Amino acid sequence: MGVGIEVTNLNAWYGTNHTLQDINLNIPANHATALIGPSGCGKSTFVRCLNRMHETNPIARVTGTVRIGDLDIYVDAKPVEIRRRVGMVFQRPNPFPTMSIYDNVASGLKLNGYSNRRALDEIVEKSLKNSALWDEVKDDLKKKSGASLSGGQQQRLCIARALAVDPEVLLMDEPASALDPVSTSKIEDLIFQLKSQYTIVIVTHNMQQAARVAEKTGFFLNGRMVEFDSTHKIFTNPSDKRTEDYITGRFG
Amino acid sequence: MNEEKFKFRSRMRALTDNSVTALSILATVIVVAPLVAIFVYLVYKGASSLNLDFFTQIPKPVGETGGGMANAIWGSALLLLLASTIGVPVGIGGGIFLAEYGRGTKLANAVRFTADVLNGVPSIVMGVAVYALIVKAHIPFLPFTGHFSGFSGGVALGIMMIPTVCRTTEEMLLMVPHAVREAALGLGVPNWRSVLSITVKTASPGIITGCMLAFARVAGETAPLIFTALGNSFWSSNLNQPIAALPLQIYVYALSPYDDWHRLAWAGALVLIVLIVLAVSLVRYVTSRGVLKGAS
Amino acid sequence: MPGSLVLVTVHVPDIRISQPQLQPEPPIPDIQKLAGESTSDVSAVRKFLLSRGNSSIADAVFHWLMVLCGLSIFAIVALIAVELVLRSQLSWQKFGLSFFYQAFTDPETHLPMFWDPVNEHFSALPFVYGTLVSSFLALLISVPLAIGLAIFLTEMCPLALRGPLAFLTELLAAIPSVIYGLWAVFVLVPLLRTHVNPFLIHAFGWTGLFNDENPTGLGFLSAGVILAIMILPIISSLTREVMTAVPYSQREAVLALGATRWEMIRMGVLRNARIGIVGGIILGLGRALGETMAVAMVIGNTPEIHRSLLSNGSTMSAVIANEYAEAVSDMHFSALTEIGLALFIITIIVNALAQLLIWMVTRGTPSQVH
Repeated sequence: MGVGIEVTNLNAWYGTNHTLQDINLNIPANHATALIGPSGCGKSTFVRCLNRMHETNPIARVTGTVRIGDLDIYVDAKPVEIRRRVGMVFQRPNPFPTMSIYDNVASGLKLNGYSNRRALDEIVEKSLKNSALWDEVKDDLKKKSGASLSGGQQQRLCIARALAVDPEVLLMDEPASALDPVSTSKIEDLIFQLKSQYTIVIVTHNMQQAARVAEKTGFFLNGRMVEFDSTHKIFTNPSDKRTEDYITGRFG
Repeated sequence: MNEEKFKFRSRMRALTDNSVTALSILATVIVVAPLVAIFVYLVYKGASSLNLDFFTQIPKPVGETGGGMANAIWGSALLLLLASTIGVPVGIGGGIFLAEYGRGTKLANAVRFTADVLNGVPSIVMGVAVYALIVKAHIPFLPFTGHFSGFSGGVALGIMMIPTVCRTTEEMLLMVPHAVREAALGLGVPNWRSVLSITVKTASPGIITGCMLAFARVAGETAPLIFTALGNSFWSSNLNQPIAALPLQIYVYALSPYDDWHRLAWAGALVLIVLIVLAVSLVRYVTSRGVLKGAS
Repeated sequence: MPGSLVLVTVHVPDIRISQPQLQPEPPIPDIQKLAGESTSDVSAVRKFLLSRGNSSIADAVFHWLMVLCGLSIFAIVALIAVELVLRSQLSWQKFGLSFFYQAFTDPETHLPMFWDPVNEHFSALPFVYGTLVSSFLALLISVPLAIGLAIFLTEMCPLALRGPLAFLTELLAAIPSVIYGLWAVFVLVPLLRTHVNPFLIHAFGWTGLFNDENPTGLGFLSAGVILAIMILPIISSLTREVMTAVPYSQREAVLALGATRWEMIRMGVLRNARIGIVGGIILGLGRALGETMAVAMVIGNTPEIHRSLLSNGSTMSAVIANEYAEAVSDMHFSALTEIGLALFIITIIVNALAQLLIWMVTRGTPSQVH
């Protein structure tokens, strides 16, 4: 089951660059929320603040509160613990090159000390099925390396890897932007099915994609969140003129 | 008038160009010729003296023919083993520090610079330092001190390996794409585990070749052993005593007045060079195949 | 409002908002359809991971272990420096700085004498002289050849030949010093003795640099030649590296002006690579200064100073290699260690300078050169 995310007065900096300004929003549990906006508006930075990846950069800084479920992630837990509960799929597929498909999916567990082999087999199979990759790789699980798959397959492998640790939230930073249209639609179908189990936040450049998969959408511009509402409303009747300009293609 | 000048200049320029080409080719030939000559001569002289005895027997007393360098080969192996146990872990650790924990910091820059400078310090200076530290100093409760020993030689060689392994490890780790590290972090893998099991493992072909290069380099070192391991004409596996080493034996035999020992020196040189050529070729092969197999 | 609805659908035709509006409760998950397993494993994994803690201790320990390994580099330098300084105290206190330039007089021959361990007369002058002479001779021979080789390999060499030749150069750099020495003793020295030296004495004896007092073939010249062969690959590889780093646009710009190939190399490449090449040369010098085994085997090991390049001599590293194991007295040890200290300091300075120059080229602003 997923949990909701409550963001209060979030500000983020890269050095002196004030990348995110006063972000406030509530992301509902077990739904998909899309974040749209032009390049460089801070949506990737925002998402990386949700699993404390932003601070891996030595000149990064964050203030404000992020509550995932009932956990204040910057106060109540260490980054490592947060990231086990908040999974992430990156823009470019990044399977571990030296590991087989099986080991890739199991890596989140194995590298944290999980050793029950039979349980791992089941978890790997379930995760691969959940990411719609099982049928394509079930015969080569341990023989093929993660990097030998096609781009779309690699991204689904990364999704399986993220799902294997059973996170409560799944963050996806433009997961389909590096993929061809067929793979993209496969991944969108996936998100559609997964959102009932997890809380999904998806950053996307592609407005149609947001409209297809997400119930709620937030529009980011220049580090601020301009509007956050149901997807239907954002795309048919936005309250803010800037949102309307972006939706209708006047800029971005 | 101007046209003549122009023609003259053009001809001069063309002449210069051709002369330089000729000189460059000449330079290449002058360089390549002795190298080929050395190798050919080495193989010729060495191969004729190489037989089973060489690998199985220890040197015969002066005046007797025959014998081999088995003790020197074995001694070198022991010394290199000791050197590797010191040089490889510390060197790789230093490389991990430079690439993963200290990247961009002033400390890391200082370490890197010092390591590069250290690589240029003559090996004999290293031998003198280790001699003063271990051979000359008599520390009662440390068994290896106070006398010539294979141990001191191994330590000298091991210390020499550290800067080399450190720098090559750093370079290989820097080649691991950042995306791989991010993926590990994003899964909630502890930092130390991510560095070891993901980053270092991804770069491991390159790191291993770096270690091989350092290994090959110290395998041929003589100077630091002259007054630490000292050499030994008998078979010994005891690192607490002077021990024979292949390059050391070659040096002693080459300068001796006995033809028989000269023969052995050539054979030893051939064995050493084959080892080194193998190492260099292997390194080239692995790096040309791509250090990071499959990494995007 | 109808107006805005039309606007939106015209510009964004692909919207299909097929899912229902926001519901107060999440729908019952279709896990059966997705995977067919029970939910018990799911929370088991989560429970396991929640129990793993934050490994901050392991992280800290590992971090500091790595820092320690990095600091070992400083420890090594400190170790060498401390040992060398401590063990050379005796001769430093007795002779001071004059250790490096004083000359004694042999009571019997009334000729200058520098190194007499029995009577504890120690002067490092012949060794400093030998080191400098052999190193600069090596540079003189190897620099033009190395640069010529580098030019050939980067600008003129047919592609098929480039790989093997570069590999050959790499091998040259990997050959141990003692093997060079072996080859030098049995091949190079006789060659020089029978063919080259007589010619040099005959043709250039008037300069005073070549005389026939030393028929062995050992000496500064042999040392210089073998050193040249040894440092050549270093200078050549570095020169090649900085030459290939010059962007192709520089070459094109010069060619477009109608330059010949050599002019293109000179103006477009060498000019930009100047600093790096100098760095490579200094690096080669650093190697030559400290080279021990091959030099010790061919220089004749005589602690004397002669103008002739064909006479025997010694270098700082060679005397240490020859005498250290059997030094006769504490003062002898101390003197040798002091020579080692001087060698250490010199090579550190030279190498640091070379590294600085190379660093300037590889990391600094590239187009400073005019």
